[in-house]
Amino acid sequence: MTTDLAIETEGLVKVFGTNRAVDGIDLRVPAGTVYGVLGPNGAGKTTAVRMLATLLRPDGGRASVFGRDVVREADAVRGRVSLTGQYASVDEDLTGTENLVLLARLLGHTRPDARARSGELLAAFGLAEAADKQVKNYSGGMRRRIDIAASILNTPDLLFLDEPTTGLDPRSRNQVWDIVRAVVAQGTTVLLTTQYLDEADQLAARIAVIDHGKVIAEGTKGELKASVGSGAVHVRLRDPEQRPEAERVLRSALNATVQLDPDPVALTATVDGHGTDLGAAEQAARALAELSRAGITVDNFALGQPSLDEVFLALTDRKGTTA
Amino acid sequence: MTTVTTGKDPQSTEALDFVAPKADELAALFVGRSRPPRPSALSASLTFGWRAMLKIKHVPEQLFDVTAFPIMMVLMYTYLFGGALAGSVSEYVQFLLPGILVMSVVMITMYTGVSVNTDIEKGVFDRFRTLPIWRPAPMVGYLLGDVVRYLIASAVMLTVGVIIGYRPDGGIVGILLGVALLMVFSFAFSWIWTMFGLLLRSEKSVMGVSMMVIFPLTFLSNVFVDPKTMPGWLQAFVNNNPVTHLATAVRELMAGRWPGTDIVWVLGWSALFVLVFGWVTMRLYNRK
Repeated sequence: MTTDLAIETEGLVKVFGTNRAVDGIDLRVPAGTVYGVLGPNGAGKTTAVRMLATLLRPDGGRASVFGRDVVREADAVRGRVSLTGQYASVDEDLTGTENLVLLARLLGHTRPDARARSGELLAAFGLAEAADKQVKNYSGGMRRRIDIAASILNTPDLLFLDEPTTGLDPRSRNQVWDIVRAVVAQGTTVLLTTQYLDEADQLAARIAVIDHGKVIAEGTKGELKASVGSGAVHVRLRDPEQRPEAERVLRSALNATVQLDPDPVALTATVDGHGTDLGAAEQAARALAELSRAGITVDNFALGQPSLDEVFLALTDRKGTTA
Repeated sequence: MTTVTTGKDPQSTEALDFVAPKADELAALFVGRSRPPRPSALSASLTFGWRAMLKIKHVPEQLFDVTAFPIMMVLMYTYLFGGALAGSVSEYVQFLLPGILVMSVVMITMYTGVSVNTDIEKGVFDRFRTLPIWRPAPMVGYLLGDVVRYLIASAVMLTVGVIIGYRPDGGIVGILLGVALLMVFSFAFSWIWTMFGLLLRSEKSVMGVSMMVIFPLTFLSNVFVDPKTMPGWLQAFVNNNPVTHLATAVRELMAGRWPGTDIVWVLGWSALFVLVFGWVTMRLYNRK
């Protein structure tokens, strides 16, 4: 029995027809943290979550939640998890209050307790005024909040958040993030799937990157970023005409891949520290000197850790070329 | 806890028409909460029945099929066949009304399949299926809600019947017994529809299959006429049709007699429907 792991999967597989939606996923999610599952649309994130939440039966491998098998001990798993799906998992025909009272009753609360709990949650989630409106009249942000409220009627030990902010405006998204942080602060483990890198960056302690049903990278944010290089140099030129020349100079100076940004005057080069003892900052300084020696005017430059976006593109790209 | 922050953007908070979640309130929601014991099978089913009632409250139009449709059935068939088959409308209605009541309610049961089919696709079913409750509760709740609809239909039809001259010898007791038996059968029979609702992909195909089942079952029975004039092969079907047993039992109960054999047949069929189709429904539900 491993009690420190909230989720453990081994070779988890789900096949739909000829599509191996989840193709052998191994995950170890430590309890009490936010674990991000990052991947593009159709990568298999939702399918994996549905198996872990006992909604889908795996076709291969095994998965356990707090040491309980999701197939053989599904009921024990259901007692400890909550799921907030990609689409609102509340009844749109019912009002906010009715939804929460219904679910609270199903969780075993008495009628007065269910009413009290639902009132508390609606107030805390800023939905008190909308309590007696049908959920189908709620805005996207309000729906997401009532959905999460429904998931924490009984504080779950593990909360699945499947793309909780997809389609939300930035402020609603920030509100959802605040709620997630509050939930985790109480000791709940959160498995968060997202296609937004900044969301994983903001919330998750560890991240698994999934593509084509497989985990292509896993680790802390720092580890993932370090895996594609120790840093990145962002350069802005004055003259877009000089960009091809700048690209050539940077590539030879840093011995690294150079990415042309959508902005015609911008380039990004990774500094990986291979084949040299110099630190990232020193390498970058030398590269800049090379640029000015070549007569290229640099307007602006920044040295930073690679963003998760860069990590993600590098990872999915690498896989695409080797597969 | 200091990890929680709200109102990151003070300028736009003022412009909002709703209140953002408050950090301290959120934290207070989790403190010292113990989980209540899981609800009993009955309590969970009744809660789902309550959900069905709330749906009727919010979408009352859905009662059309248990009010207007039954009235239409009674009036249409009584006046269409009354004169030709029994000589007079008032005589025929004594025979027809219990039968048309059975037929209409059995026909109305097929809407269960359609509502299961449309409901199951919605996200809320994912939540129900991740709750640690008695697994059949959502389906049983559906059917309990539907029993209320069948009761409304029965009350409407009996009222119309009495207005146009139906005078059952069994009185109130006979009527209540007849309706009770009809409810038991309809509840059991509806499991066929929950099965189709889960099995078939679209609402249209559910309707199509339902028609295929419901028309032979209700028309090839003794609802309209005594089967004695039918050819032998048809009699064989009609006399063993569960709807025939049900129509006979309800008719006799309302007429103040005790049709023991038919009641046993109806209860037997009901048990069979629940066992077979209830089992298939739950298998499909767990696999969905």
